[in-house]
Amino acid sequence: MSDLIGYKRPAPGTQPNYLHAPYQSSIKRAPNKPLIRMPQTLTELTGPVYGHERVGPLDNDLTKQHAGEPLGERMILSGRLLDENGRPVPHSLIEIWQANACGRYPHPGDQHDAPLDPNFTGYGRTVTDSEGRYRFVTIKPGAYPWRNHHNAWRPQHIHFSLFGPSFMTRLVTQMYFPGDPLLPFDPIFNCVTDQRARDSMVSKFDFETTIPEFALGYAWDIVLRGRDATPMENKK
Amino acid sequence: MTLVPTASSTVGPYLHIGLTPLQVYDIAKDASKGEKIVISGRVFDGEGQPVPDALLEFWQANADGKYATPEDSQDKPLDGKFTGFGRIPTDKEGRFSFTTVKPGAVPGPGNTLQAPHILVCVFMRGMLKHLYTRIYFSDEAAANANDPVLGLIEDASRKPTLIGERTAGKAEYRWDIRMQGEGETVFFDC
Repeated sequence: MSDLIGYKRPAPGTQPNYLHAPYQSSIKRAPNKPLIRMPQTLTELTGPVYGHERVGPLDNDLTKQHAGEPLGERMILSGRLLDENGRPVPHSLIEIWQANACGRYPHPGDQHDAPLDPNFTGYGRTVTDSEGRYRFVTIKPGAYPWRNHHNAWRPQHIHFSLFGPSFMTRLVTQMYFPGDPLLPFDPIFNCVTDQRARDSMVSKFDFETTIPEFALGYAWDIVLRGRDATPMENKK
Repeated sequence: MTLVPTASSTVGPYLHIGLTPLQVYDIAKDASKGEKIVISGRVFDGEGQPVPDALLEFWQANADGKYATPEDSQDKPLDGKFTGFGRIPTDKEGRFSFTTVKPGAVPGPGNTLQAPHILVCVFMRGMLKHLYTRIYFSDEAAANANDPVLGLIEDASRKPTLIGERTAGKAEYRWDIRMQGEGETVFFDC
């Protein structure tokens, strides 16, 4: 299997540790024993192929899934899915989920005293195009309280799930908004010690994709693990 | 150009909204070859409490040991629309159960052969980055003994955490995940 090219390992501090005590739920759910280091085999270097057949034309518009329009600030969220070598990741599934404009999820576990919106589920999916681009129309999610510590509030965020070409590129993350005053206080955001890596979870306001008289644009590129050696690197 | 990979984060408590619309309980649905099997178990936290907000993803080869992706260049047949991918949340008691076919053996590093196995990707509230583990099969003892990945586990007493135990007389296996403590599941850094 010498023809297999593996994926790079993350630089120190750029990914969270399993145990991050300020995030209390991690304490009883992080492995205590060290992980067993193993080579990436054919199993890890492959993964499911999702085609457009699983994605409907309106699945990336979270404002059009019900009879009426959801309340809240409409927004366009777009960007590119890349690997760490800067190459686009085409035809790859992206799933997102988020709270409504009031900071409430339609989920039996969410007991926050804020209204549900009958016109908003908060789930969308899409497949990146041939240049790794994606686009969603949604509303800006609200901040909401959680019980991690006294007066704990989650910053506004959207959950993202991504596959890329193999199980080594699998990623679930959260996207945040620029200038959110709650970011410095959020143990989940701050579990990443490397500032550049932490800030890579924050989207940018984007005039280019803002649509006059309709919606603000936000841009966010997502970067998956890249292969150890690529033709692109050899060109340097 | 070198970019910093985006940092991972937890699926949080409302993972079902985002990750169950494409759930797959029956991986065997499109398989024409192989022994149909059921694998069931529970997920436990460090206090032995069931984890009701976990999500498991499974990835496996077909009965011939071929992965359903162009990334697998082996000269072996695909099996129709069989994908080898499953995704299920745990229930309120931390239970999960899925149907699949027993995978064939696939190549390992160098000239080694890996015993039949299923890759498991574990997500849950409280976990900031998913974990990788594997399910092997108790009725494949000879292949397991020569498996290059199981061979990396120096503490032999931990190997059973990766082995689904076949129920006598049935095509069913039992396999649990324990995050911490006695019988802590082996997780991989890869």
